[in-house]
Amino acid sequence: MAQVFHPRQLLLLKGIALGALLAAIAAAFLYRVATQAPVARNVPVEQPIPFSHKHHVGDDGLDCRYCHSSVETSAFAGIPSMATCRTCHSQLFTDAPILAPLFDTRSQRAPVYWNRIHQLPDFVYFNHSIHVAKGVGCSTCHGRVDEMPLTWRVASLEMQWCLGCHRAPERYVRPRNRVFDMSWQPPANQLELGRRLVAAYHIRGTRALTDCSTCHR
Amino acid sequence: MAGQEQVLGAPSSQPVLRGSYTYASITDKIADTVLERPTHWAWAVGFAVSASLTVLFIVAMSYLFAKGVGIWGIDQPVSWAFALTNFVWWVGIGHAGTFISAFLLLLRQRWRTSINRFAEAMTIFAVAMAGLMPILHLGRPWFFYWLIPYPNKMNLWPQWRSPLVWDIFAIGTYIIVSILFWYMGLIPDLATLRDRAAQRWKQVGYALLALGWRNDARHWARFEIAYLLMAGLATPLVISVHSVVSLDFAIGNTPGWHSTIFPPYFVAGALYSGFAMALTIAIPLRATFGLQDFITARHLAVMAKVMLACGLLVTYSYLVESFMAFYSADRYESFMLLNRMTGPYAWIYWTVIFCNVIVLQTLWFERVRASPWMLFAVAILINIGMWLERFMIIVVSLHRDFMPSAWGMFYPTFWDIAILAGSLGAFALLFLLFVRFLPVISMSEMRKLVKERRESSS
Amino acid sequence: MSPRQPRREFDFSGVPERSRREFLKLMGASIALASGCSRELPERIVPYEDMPEQLAATKSLYFATALSLDGYGSGVLVESAMGRPIKVEGNPNHPASLGATDVFSQAAVLTLWDPDRSQTVLRQGVLSTWDAFRAALTARRSRFASQGGAGLHILTGSVTSPTLAAQLHRLLDKYPEARWHQYQPINRDNVYAGTRLAFGETREPRYDFTRARTVLSLDADFLRSMPGHVRYARDFNGARRPGETPSANNRLYAIESSPTLTGAKADHCRRLRASQIDRVARALAQRLGIAVESPTSVPIEAGWLDACAFDLLTRHGESLILVGERQPAHVHALAHLANERLGNVGTTVQYTNPVLAEPIDQLDSLRQLSAAMAAGEVQELLILGVNPLYATPADLEFARHLQRVPFSVHLGLYRDETAMRSLWHIPAAHELEAWSDTRAYDGSATIQQPLIAPLYGGRSPHEVLAVLAGEFEQDGHAIVRALWQGELGGDDFEHTWKTSLHNGVVPDSAFTAEQVTARLPALPPLRDADSSELEIVFSPDPHVHDGVYTNNAWLRELPKPLTELTWDNAVLMSPESGRRRGLANEDVVEIEYRGRRVRAPVWLLPGHPDESLTLQFGYGRTAGGRIAPGAGFNAYALQTSAAPSFDGGARVHPLGTRYPLASAQMHNRMEGRDLARMLPLSAVIQRTAQGAQPSKHERKLLYPPFASPTYAWGMSINLDACVGCKACTIACQAENNIPVVGKDQVQRGREMHWIRVDRYFEGSDAHPRVHFQPVPCMHCERAPCEVVCPVEASVHDSEGLNVQVYNRCVGTRFCSNNCPYKVRRFNFLQYSQDVPSLNAQRNPDVTVRMRGVMEKCSYCLQRIAAAKIASEKEGRRIRDGEVVTACQAACPTEAIVFGDLNDPASRVRIAKTSPLDYVLLEELNTLPRTSYLPAVENPHPDLQET
Repeated sequence: MAQVFHPRQLLLLKGIALGALLAAIAAAFLYRVATQAPVARNVPVEQPIPFSHKHHVGDDGLDCRYCHSSVETSAFAGIPSMATCRTCHSQLFTDAPILAPLFDTRSQRAPVYWNRIHQLPDFVYFNHSIHVAKGVGCSTCHGRVDEMPLTWRVASLEMQWCLGCHRAPERYVRPRNRVFDMSWQPPANQLELGRRLVAAYHIRGTRALTDCSTCHR
Repeated sequence: MAGQEQVLGAPSSQPVLRGSYTYASITDKIADTVLERPTHWAWAVGFAVSASLTVLFIVAMSYLFAKGVGIWGIDQPVSWAFALTNFVWWVGIGHAGTFISAFLLLLRQRWRTSINRFAEAMTIFAVAMAGLMPILHLGRPWFFYWLIPYPNKMNLWPQWRSPLVWDIFAIGTYIIVSILFWYMGLIPDLATLRDRAAQRWKQVGYALLALGWRNDARHWARFEIAYLLMAGLATPLVISVHSVVSLDFAIGNTPGWHSTIFPPYFVAGALYSGFAMALTIAIPLRATFGLQDFITARHLAVMAKVMLACGLLVTYSYLVESFMAFYSADRYESFMLLNRMTGPYAWIYWTVIFCNVIVLQTLWFERVRASPWMLFAVAILINIGMWLERFMIIVVSLHRDFMPSAWGMFYPTFWDIAILAGSLGAFALLFLLFVRFLPVISMSEMRKLVKERRESSS
Repeated sequence: MSPRQPRREFDFSGVPERSRREFLKLMGASIALASGCSRELPERIVPYEDMPEQLAATKSLYFATALSLDGYGSGVLVESAMGRPIKVEGNPNHPASLGATDVFSQAAVLTLWDPDRSQTVLRQGVLSTWDAFRAALTARRSRFASQGGAGLHILTGSVTSPTLAAQLHRLLDKYPEARWHQYQPINRDNVYAGTRLAFGETREPRYDFTRARTVLSLDADFLRSMPGHVRYARDFNGARRPGETPSANNRLYAIESSPTLTGAKADHCRRLRASQIDRVARALAQRLGIAVESPTSVPIEAGWLDACAFDLLTRHGESLILVGERQPAHVHALAHLANERLGNVGTTVQYTNPVLAEPIDQLDSLRQLSAAMAAGEVQELLILGVNPLYATPADLEFARHLQRVPFSVHLGLYRDETAMRSLWHIPAAHELEAWSDTRAYDGSATIQQPLIAPLYGGRSPHEVLAVLAGEFEQDGHAIVRALWQGELGGDDFEHTWKTSLHNGVVPDSAFTAEQVTARLPALPPLRDADSSELEIVFSPDPHVHDGVYTNNAWLRELPKPLTELTWDNAVLMSPESGRRRGLANEDVVEIEYRGRRVRAPVWLLPGHPDESLTLQFGYGRTAGGRIAPGAGFNAYALQTSAAPSFDGGARVHPLGTRYPLASAQMHNRMEGRDLARMLPLSAVIQRTAQGAQPSKHERKLLYPPFASPTYAWGMSINLDACVGCKACTIACQAENNIPVVGKDQVQRGREMHWIRVDRYFEGSDAHPRVHFQPVPCMHCERAPCEVVCPVEASVHDSEGLNVQVYNRCVGTRFCSNNCPYKVRRFNFLQYSQDVPSLNAQRNPDVTVRMRGVMEKCSYCLQRIAAAKIASEKEGRRIRDGEVVTACQAACPTEAIVFGDLNDPASRVRIAKTSPLDYVLLEELNTLPRTSYLPAVENPHPDLQET
């Protein structure tokens, strides 16, 4: 008897089937994108005051701890109070319009809302002080902040990224006295140096560092 | 063939195909139920009922996802109840289908021919219902895929020692193989329907499904081999799937779960309830669509015998369980059994014994096996009994385990019932649709039967 | 899905600096739980305008202050996370605390953050302002000032605050005709009256259990509800550590009219109807050689009394008899006399000046007030911090008389019954919000300092009184400081003031013992011995007390000791009395007494005296928050000023209806299983001598033994020390953000407490032995929960903690099924509410769990982590005692010891080396890290308890 489908129709059908397959794959990728962190990686983030780490750290040579004062003592590195900014800016660029919000905070009690760049899920308990104490440098996670006119995020901050270091700290640790050194580069013998530092700083073994309880509570 | 007759001990007086059918007439008879015959009133009623139950199912699931499993009666210590009971029960029902369509095919049991199609369909729909349950019962169902191994940003894998992970593979394999096997068997018949269909849209529909089958001799050669291979694949699943399911409990340390006899015990129970369900479906089916010539009294009798055999195995398991509880001299084991028999849920235990052990014994009698309606009644009771058995194993074991201070009770809520009733409805709905749009009996294989009969008579 | 709302995280109405509030918003984000894989909402960071010195770091600060119950203070250290008071710990420097707390102190933070608190000044129920009130009050002043204060009446609760007392006295000096009334529903009237009878002057008895070898308690629940009970519990158990010094073990005889924890811990306990205890007291006094005529029939076997008397006499100077507040004055007087005869005065019992600033007969004082109101003499009535419309004897008809008072003012935390019917209502500042001071059971004073500015602009009694007196200075801090300037004086006052605040105790402020000589009081004629009339006994609810905590969800859901009931109160009676009337649990009865009727559900409590009903206060509220009203029944509706504590002549009519009650423990017997062990002292001494015995269970393990090279955390729970007070449970709830689930969910068995205190009855219903057993997660080295979790949400860490990873959990609940101890808790529904003020209470170091997630005791992982980071920064190991779990910290009797098993010197390691150490369900081979020491009974050789 006669065929129900003409060969061309069959071709079309096969095409549709193929299309469906591709659509499924595309959907999977979209899902990945949808579950990215809120702030895109490697993209400078606009701020109410266009604060430049490049200027303050790179040019003026401010130490990280001048503003992020609690980085060595607490989980949170600390955001400088407006008063801290005004220690200099009560003298410098006081009339620069871009700095207006800095003074509004006092005169109009209108706080500055910085856009957060490094944001972890709330079930992750990251502690700056212990990482600094164990010789994990600022630039290891935050990149060359001293070269960022507007700050951006360089690390993915995904769990596998954290594990990358927790599984092999010797690849990343540096001498404590170089922690705040932006220009520090891993030496050729980093692995060998790293192993010595891991021992010297009593950095716990991989098993302990990769315990769920190390970061989640 | 005599050899196989003895296997099932069926008198050859009863044929597996009655009446005098030719290739054409048998094809007409079966195909017409799909293509020509107007909707039967019983079908319409059944459809209305099951459709409304399915709506209830959807409502219940939506509310469940919105609120959480707390809408059920589960609590501490009974944190598994209806969902898991339904799961085990539905999976069990699936087994009979695979057993009939694959196992018996390999054993060259001709009588399976006329029932394997709908039995296989029953398997798929049952396993579909079963597959839903573990997902519904999760606290955070939207993360169900974390049980499946796949590379991810968290560098995490499933925990392989957990039987729930084994379940994923067992059930997954089972549903895939079942669908392929069933669909392959359908292809020649779909082609037949395509060729007989009058309206264009039906032709197109069946043509798409028939995948261009042309009854070509080479097609048939390939088909026969592939079908056998699929049967070979499906057969071990009859044993493996429910064994794995039983490990969900046997691995646990709860008295009443922690037992080595569970795998065979569960497989026997699965076939038991499966054949009960097959009968529950077959009997009204043949009555409604006048298929008595194909699904003959012989079929029913044989299924009854298989049921009897499985039932006796289950009974044996009950005995072993009790004996072990006594013989182990383990305080918790013996208390568990005592609690089943005399505790707050004693009525469940005794109903189980009545349905699965006492009622079963009637199948020793020829008269019962010969009477479709008595068989139907027995089958229904066994279905209930087997569901209650799973409920007993899960809930009655959990509600009083090691620490008396933590003992509690389980009381089902409306939503527990809704999920159970809903899944029954959805199952029935799928089956009714299947009856309406696909041949419930394999025409191609029936034609083979006719051929064989001609040869044997001539 | 997550209870987190990034925008309005907190709303601190009343917190001054906005910038700080915003900063909290950032920190607060860490209390919320985001689901594993959904897109995070972008956050804003809001910096300080000007950073406060110590708040720079995200570390908690601790401030010493005190919390009071019935006027008596107990020292606490309050944890403040970024300016939010989130947790209460005991103050080791404070004599009434020694570092421990009771359930009430633990729950204080929830009351502080309770969104139901009164938030505005009300005039006749209509919103008004503090200024309007001040104006109105000033206007009234001109009236009463002209008449020397006539018509001005002030009603307070028990006042121990030196400042408040001084203010009131100043006021009375200024307006001699004004009146100050005191009425605390749970008061010390009988105690003070008793000392007056015995010594002719009012004294405060203070006990020293460390020196008491034989203790007889006559209806006195010194382990749970007397002023100083936390300290008493510690001392009592300190003198009862068989593991350490076997021979030195005390023996407790208890006779009680309503089952208490003291009776439960007693070596010999007898339950009698309240009226019978007088009779027993006399019989005993006679045996101790006091010249009282012996009562005709005594409801206790002579042998029991002889044994008790023998122990008391042979322990001369080391015995102690104490009487409960419920018993009449002359029984107290008899006990004082007996103690003197036994040489206990000065050793086990001391008498000091009363702790209450004005130790008047409070019931009488209340009578005078209501009479004055009835007579229309009261022009202005100030009600400071009490709720007389609810919590006063019914026959005084306070509500009716209040209508005759033209100008009534109520200062309170809630819009309660009194607030609704007073002309003015002023929201009170919580104890953690205001400056004040208080005295402890031994008189030591503590200056209460605020942890946070009043959230809702509440006022302290000091500020209200200042306005009333029209004094110039009206700021709480100045008022309190001014008083202490006068008290402590000196040039170095600044220093003393600072140290007092820092230590939480004013140096040398404890009262010294006074010389007393007791005399035999005149004894009233005895009641008819064999009167079979049904008695009712009034008592405070174990958790909502007299009604002050009825709106505190933690306390409402905390299972009550002995009954395990939550959310409601019930009429307690003995199973025998219930059987006689054909009553079962939850049956509703109508209690008729002196023409008043109350309907209440019944709860049959083993060990309750027959033909007696216990009615607990605090329920049947009609106002005072969202959860206070509409639960239980009001016992005050039956209380009369004639017999405020107990009385006969009650009748019970079954109504045939039922009222569902939510009990947290459905099964009360151990079913012969070896769970909560109890050994006689003799056996303990023997076993200790023998040394550790090999376990009868051989350990065959499939996997290699678990190694925890760095730290091996473990816990030891001493059942002998445990008094079943449940402070651990509520402390854990406060520390670990454990949600409240509500009565309906508790009925379904879904309560979330991470550490429960199991209570078992053993033996007959008439004389049951009671066992308590705190059950947290056992942290098994072979954890059954771990093998069955499909996603590794339940895993072991390298230090032997069995951790639950919430963000990985998908909620199969298999782990809970497989936990033989059933310590896992599941979020069946979204239990953690997203209420701003409640979010502010949450512990930022503990994830808030969402719906569908399993949770359980983590051994206070966050505290371990903090200690670990601190120690690693200093390059040392964590010291023993550096990590203290919340339950351990709260426990009054140090029953819980936690620490590192790898440290041979750690207290937990030593505790576990005891030959008595055992684990639950050892035969399951789960190798728990939590183990137990058995309870020890020390019965008199001649007495065999059934």
